[in-house]
Amino acid sequence: MCVSYDVLVIGGGPAGLSAALNVRARGLRVLVVSNPMEENPLWKAERVDNCIGLPGVSGAELLRGMRRHAEEAGVEFRTGRVLNAMRMENVWYVGIGSDMENASALVLAAGVSRGRKFPGEAEFLGRGVSYCATCDGMLYRGRPVAVLGYSDSAHREADFLKDIGCSVTYFDRPKDCVITGDSAVTSVTCDGETLPVEGVFLLRPTVAPSDLFPALALEGGYVATDRSMATNLPGLFAAGDCTGLPLQVSKAAGEGLVAGQSAAKWAVRQKRDQT
Amino acid sequence: MAIRHLNTMEFDAAVDAAPLAMVDFWASWCGPCKMLAPAMDALAQRYDGRVLVGKVNVDEEPELARRFGVMSIPTVVFLKNGREFDRKVGLMPAEAFAQVLDKNL
Repeated sequence: MCVSYDVLVIGGGPAGLSAALNVRARGLRVLVVSNPMEENPLWKAERVDNCIGLPGVSGAELLRGMRRHAEEAGVEFRTGRVLNAMRMENVWYVGIGSDMENASALVLAAGVSRGRKFPGEAEFLGRGVSYCATCDGMLYRGRPVAVLGYSDSAHREADFLKDIGCSVTYFDRPKDCVITGDSAVTSVTCDGETLPVEGVFLLRPTVAPSDLFPALALEGGYVATDRSMATNLPGLFAAGDCTGLPLQVSKAAGEGLVAGQSAAKWAVRQKRDQT
Repeated sequence: MAIRHLNTMEFDAAVDAAPLAMVDFWASWCGPCKMLAPAMDALAQRYDGRVLVGKVNVDEEPELARRFGVMSIPTVVFLKNGREFDRKVGLMPAEAFAQVLDKNL
């Protein structure tokens, strides 16, 4: 089996970029899949005071510098959200919106997903609730849908739904929602406003690790790893905020380095085993 | 037996005649569906002669998609002699589908 990438990194913050850089340092092919840089929570940090050697640097400066560094090292980039991942015959397959890629190893560095699931969300998943407008939108042509947008790019997905003929109501970062229906979704209530809809598109910036990888071991709500940043799933490594406190740049970059090296080692071993 | 691509015309006759059938609703623009395809192929081989493994393209057969209330793809529907008894929505490993089949063979 020929894989597109040796390592695929989910997340373009300090952990993900550091991991990717260290995969490149071993001469392997690596792809980083992330939201636009401006949507990273670090982008909004005006001052970061505990980045050793860079007192008072801004989050945006750090992210721009890290990204440039990774690009110059030959890291490849794709803007999008990873919605599914599955391992088959030693290869990881990753769904990015309605697209897909595969790799020998993965590094999960998607940060922490803020927010809990809404009542009805899990119950109606696939029966009116969707996490991807470009994936499921076509099945809702001509029908009323609600978009619950939690990132700036959610607007683009709402526009896509309008373009293909859905009747769209956009909720901007609603706090409390309840999704109701019987065999399928019939309505949604967000912050007190109830709307009859057949589809609810929940567009959050990141998918919770346990939704992406149902068998992933967690510890106190964070991804459990060993010292090599390996998770309990073969070929899956994790780094940064998703592995736990402290949620800090230097900790994320350090873990990214270890995860990148471990993932690279894994990919090299797989190549050797196959030949 | 390879996977059978089913259209609206032949669907009922095909699944009615099968003691056990598993039908994957998919579309060419759906990334997760592409990821599921090799698993479906492998299952078709593994259950050759025992289970009808079919695929329905929801763009080409919108009536079937509507009839089964398919609102997210991939959706895999399990049928016994033409009657649905279970379904799995979304991408999951081949074993998740195999479990349903093994229990009902």
